[in-house]
Amino acid sequence: MPVEILKETWTGAVQTVTLGATPAEGGTRGRTVTVGGERSLPFLHFEAPMPHRPVIAVEIKDRRPEDWSPVLLRAWGDAVNDPGTWAQAAAAAGADLILLALSLTDAEGRPTTPAAAVAAVRKVLDACPLPLAVFGPGQAEADNELLVAVAEATKGERLLLGICEDKNYRTIVATALANGHLVNARTPMDVNLAKQLNILITDMGMPLDRIIMDPTTGAVGYGFEYGYSVMERLRLAALQGDRMTQLPMLVTPGFEAWKTKEAKVGNGVPAAWGDWEARGIAWETLTALGLLEAGADILVLRHPESVRRLQRAIADLMTPPSGPLV
Amino acid sequence: MALTGIQIYKLLPQTNCKDCGFPTCLAFAMKLAAKQVELAACPHVSESARAQLTEAAVPPVRLVTVRSDGTELKVGNEVVLFRHEKTFYHRPGLFVRVGDDLAPSALEARVAAADAYRVGYVGLELGIDGFAVEAVTGGPGSFAAAVQTVRRYTRRPLALLARSAAVLGAGLEMIAAHETPLLGVAAADNWQDMADLARKAKAPLVVRGHTLGELADLTEKIKAAGVEDMVLDPAARDLAGHLLLSTLIRRLALKKNFRPLGYPLIAFASADGDAAVETLLAAQAILKYAGFVVIDHFAPETVYPLLVLRQNIYTDPQKPIQVQPGLYEINNPKPDDPVLVTTNFSITYFSVANEVEGSGLPAWLVVADAEGMSVLTAWAAGKFDAERIAKDVKRFDVAAKVSRRRLVIPGHVAVLSGELEAELPDWEIRVGPREAVDLPRYMKEALAN
Ligand code: B12
Ligand code: SF4
Repeated sequence: MPVEILKETWTGAVQTVTLGATPAEGGTRGRTVTVGGERSLPFLHFEAPMPHRPVIAVEIKDRRPEDWSPVLLRAWGDAVNDPGTWAQAAAAAGADLILLALSLTDAEGRPTTPAAAVAAVRKVLDACPLPLAVFGPGQAEADNELLVAVAEATKGERLLLGICEDKNYRTIVATALANGHLVNARTPMDVNLAKQLNILITDMGMPLDRIIMDPTTGAVGYGFEYGYSVMERLRLAALQGDRMTQLPMLVTPGFEAWKTKEAKVGNGVPAAWGDWEARGIAWETLTALGLLEAGADILVLRHPESVRRLQRAIADLMTPPSGPLV
Repeated sequence: MALTGIQIYKLLPQTNCKDCGFPTCLAFAMKLAAKQVELAACPHVSESARAQLTEAAVPPVRLVTVRSDGTELKVGNEVVLFRHEKTFYHRPGLFVRVGDDLAPSALEARVAAADAYRVGYVGLELGIDGFAVEAVTGGPGSFAAAVQTVRRYTRRPLALLARSAAVLGAGLEMIAAHETPLLGVAAADNWQDMADLARKAKAPLVVRGHTLGELADLTEKIKAAGVEDMVLDPAARDLAGHLLLSTLIRRLALKKNFRPLGYPLIAFASADGDAAVETLLAAQAILKYAGFVVIDHFAPETVYPLLVLRQNIYTDPQKPIQVQPGLYEINNPKPDDPVLVTTNFSITYFSVANEVEGSGLPAWLVVADAEGMSVLTAWAAGKFDAERIAKDVKRFDVAAKVSRRRLVIPGHVAVLSGELEAELPDWEIRVGPREAVDLPRYMKEALAN
């Protein structure tokens, strides 16, 4: 029986964005990473081939993160004591890019200084040729202070700077513009807020090919479905031609999953939760896979085994079935 | 595919005779489209229009039921491609597959463990839905024996899967006549015999086709042979194939009302023994339209997140899951025990309540009416501020229950403490930890005196 391959006709496409710059392009990266360009819903190759596969960023910290799940600290071993070593380990684990998240304080509890932040970024850039994203501690004022120093010290690298949100976008966008970087525009799970922030950022003169949007996410069991649906709606709007939603999306399933009790805690939990490490990895990978299918272009992960599994999943999803569909 | 009011109007007599109780045929058509009246209310509708309207009212994805003693699972009858457009209604059944090549003791151990599995999530008890028994050996005797063993260790619904109708029939004999198992697998080479068996057993039939065309051909033939309830297996075994085929099938069913593929899907999340890949295949099947998800490995640490994911995807996007606001007593608190405050978003409430309960420490828990939002969401939306908290503390008459007026607020909203002190002058306001996991230690140490 003849069966129709039912294609949607989309008028819009996701913006292409390149992270990192090689020496020829004014930076020092060994390679760049390009995301975006979709003209169909995720992995529906019969509608339009996906020009760029989604990529995985591995989140590392500028110092040993005492509040991370012991499972993660064990998985990375001594690497967590030095951001350069950690970045190399992340690259070896299959990262496409590195996300360095700066801590609010140093090990003694004193606020992280701009000089220390720059030193950590330098270490990572020197140790690892992958493109880099640098996130501040997530408090608007500290983010401004540290990210401006980092941006100035790394002019031309096309770093992805975050978190750039309604409270501090002016400062972050200004410094990214002046120093040849990109911004990660984060809004709290809302289609209109995401559009609005993108408008504000482009109004400052930031070209669309230097913005990634971060619609915020929640782990499975902790608000996942809200983030999932907001991403589906954003991507549908993008394909329908709404310019201010046509940006590649970055999400942080690693951060979200590993702060859940399921991933963080091993003792005194119900027996029905099963093996601790396997559970943490399952929590992170299920969250990540869901977001990938909702349109994520950059997944930020934490556990090396999750990176391996998601790289395989992405490779599978990027390979159209060999046989006929109908 | 549901018809619009205008489409229905075109099928009505258009005489505006008012016999239906509405002033015009159009008004009646609109009500009919909204499913607020029955077609029978119009006595003048023609036979052919009636046929067309009845046909259009059939759900685009057929509702299929399997049942056993006391339990019943319904899948299908979905109406959207994206959950935000309305909601996903029928959670897919999670089935664990066992082969008849397993030794009886191994079979027993696997089934008993998976059957007994229960895990709590936001006050619900979650577990798997059934078992798929597969004829691996090809012998009718061993299949029948396996079905019998499985039935002895679980009362949940079963799927019986074999490639030959004779083997399948032998297994079917082993379960009670009033059960409705899922039967399979019908394919191009065996569909007649399979259809025969399914028709006699009044059970839904899994149909496997390697292309959508083959699947559609088969379902039409099987339907003509008298089987109405079918479940489609598009036979993809990788993520990309599953996603493409299940998306196309759901699209054709919803957008084109394409009956030959208007059935629920079954996804065999089998990955040559690789449990990690299997879990991701199962997760994708939950997200992307499966009615049954069959896994080979049962392990608590992966089944738990799969069950939670399924719960999340199938919640109604219009209303957050909430608990009743009020004063909750945890571990039989006495008047001098501490009072904690949180919001009435289910996930928030259960994170806190489970921690405190698990610690064995007694406490009073004020669940404020934050319109079902998490602590920070509610705070950002102005639904969990000092005024509202104070109002609820008074409304639930907390002061009357305690001798020591100590109120612990979530660490994430530490900024509220000043205003709360002003709102509740005779209370001592304490800022608790940010995460509920740290509550037991906080209660033992910081609240010790
Ligand atoms: C899911 C979500 C939503 C969902 C709502 C879900 C719901 N029913 O609440 C939606 C999409 C609707 C939403 C909307 C908004 N959101 Co919102 N949302 C989230 C998200 C992703 C997860 C929240 C969640 O469910 N957490 C899980 C629960 C269990 O956490 P919790 O309630 O805090 O409870 C924990 C602790 O607080 C503690 N705890 C709880 N009670 C108690 C009690 C005591 C005594 C103690 C000691 C501890 C304790 O234990 C729990 C577990 O550790 C967060 C970001 C994130 N990833 O965390 C943003 C977030 C909360 N949202 C935010 C915002 C701003 C909003 C909006 C205002 C945006 C907007 N204008 O649209 C709206 C407001 C709602 C409205 N006007 O309708 C911000 C808040 C920022 C801030 N600090 O002010 C956040 C932090 C995102 C961000 N980074 O910007 N959101
Ligand atoms: S009874 Fe039928 S014909 Fe008469 S007004 Fe109602 S819909 Fe029209």
